[in-house]
Amino acid sequence: MERIPILRMGKLLLVTIQVDMHDRLAMTLQDDLTSRIVKDRAKGVLIDISSLDVVDSFIGRMIGDTAAMARVLDAETVVVGMQPSVAITLVELGLALPGVRTALNVEKGMALLTGTSPL
Amino acid sequence: MLKSIAPLSSWSGREQNDIVGALRRQLIIDWGHCMETLGGTRLARLFNERQNELLGEWVPQQYAIASRRGGVTEVQLRDQFVQFVAVVCAALESSDRVDFKTRGWDEVRGFLADVSTQRARQGFTPVETAMFVFSLKEPLFARLRVELAADPATLAELTWTISTLFDAMGLYTTEVFQTSREQVIVRQQQELLELSTPVVQLWDGILALPLIGTLDSARTQVVMESLLQKIVDTGAAIAVIDITGVPTVDTLVAQHLLKTVAAARLMGADCIISGIRPQIAQTIVHLGVNLQNVITKATLADAFVVALSRTGKSVSGAGAHGEAPGAPGPLRGNQFAGD
Repeated sequence: MERIPILRMGKLLLVTIQVDMHDRLAMTLQDDLTSRIVKDRAKGVLIDISSLDVVDSFIGRMIGDTAAMARVLDAETVVVGMQPSVAITLVELGLALPGVRTALNVEKGMALLTGTSPL
Repeated sequence: MLKSIAPLSSWSGREQNDIVGALRRQLIIDWGHCMETLGGTRLARLFNERQNELLGEWVPQQYAIASRRGGVTEVQLRDQFVQFVAVVCAALESSDRVDFKTRGWDEVRGFLADVSTQRARQGFTPVETAMFVFSLKEPLFARLRVELAADPATLAELTWTISTLFDAMGLYTTEVFQTSREQVIVRQQQELLELSTPVVQLWDGILALPLIGTLDSARTQVVMESLLQKIVDTGAAIAVIDITGVPTVDTLVAQHLLKTVAAARLMGADCIISGIRPQIAQTIVHLGVNLQNVITKATLADAFVVALSRTGKSVSGAGAHGEAPGAPGPLRGNQFAGD
């Protein structure tokens, strides 16, 4: 079965979504990610959605939920690389993801998590 | 008497046959009459025979109107008239019924649409455009009156036919005129929309979006798209939305602004709203709009200072001027200290 890889970088976990997200895949990712956070004792999660150009309300909510779950497990989540069209869609759907931190790209997201200045 | 009130089914078969037969005969007579008097060929003949006379009266009259707008010569008008008569005659001869809405008149409609669109572009008024058709009525009626002086019944009917036809054509030109004017307006609106939403780069990683004019849904969409695209292109971390040029802020405009801010935040860029005038601050509070989660500044200068410090740069205050941080002095290259 198709899975989204979760890469470990020190205390951070990097998730790069490069395929079309469907609901099943999203749920699997949520399971995998929460177990990996516990197993690796990760302090931060980077979710790179720069290749994602279609979202629906389910995926939008799933991103928000995942961030909330990670926070409960004491890991900060940053969603990076959102496409303009995706951002507009989420806002129009009323999903502004208030609890989620965002960054323009992986580099800036990582800087945000490690506490170093983005520039 | 009673029989005429009773339902048809209660009548004897013979009576039914009589009634239906009489009705049918009457209809046939009416129909034939119609066909005969409305015969387009007669009108077409009139047009063809009298074309030069009509032309002689119509062209000077039209030229008097058209010359005021400029760009139309007498020769052009003459050509238009000849073409017009040709297509009308073709349509008249194509069917016995004179009905502007039928397929036979497609060519006439096409021609009138061209004339009308052309005149709309040249700045004619709707009346002047419709006169292209209507001004032909008078000379035409004069000819008819002479020709059919001996037959008042036919004269009356032909007058009615021509009148209806020309009214339909005249109204059609007005309709096309209106449509083409609306197209011009729509095109201008679009151009204005694209012109009025520039996204400028103030500094490395800092964008500014000076908004001018009222924000409606369509414009917000364009603004949002161009801002987000620019954020991707430049990798900016901060965007300043300046609403100095927005005349009024109501709940809808505020909602649109907040949407833009939310979308930019989702992409990882912070937004600052600046240029809020005192009246607008009052309106926002009175309307109960929640701008708590957005950084707001009174002027673009204030917002710029915040944006600089957020990106790890600072204005080193030039000393000599002793101005408040909100109003930085003239900028010199060495006043900015990188991180």
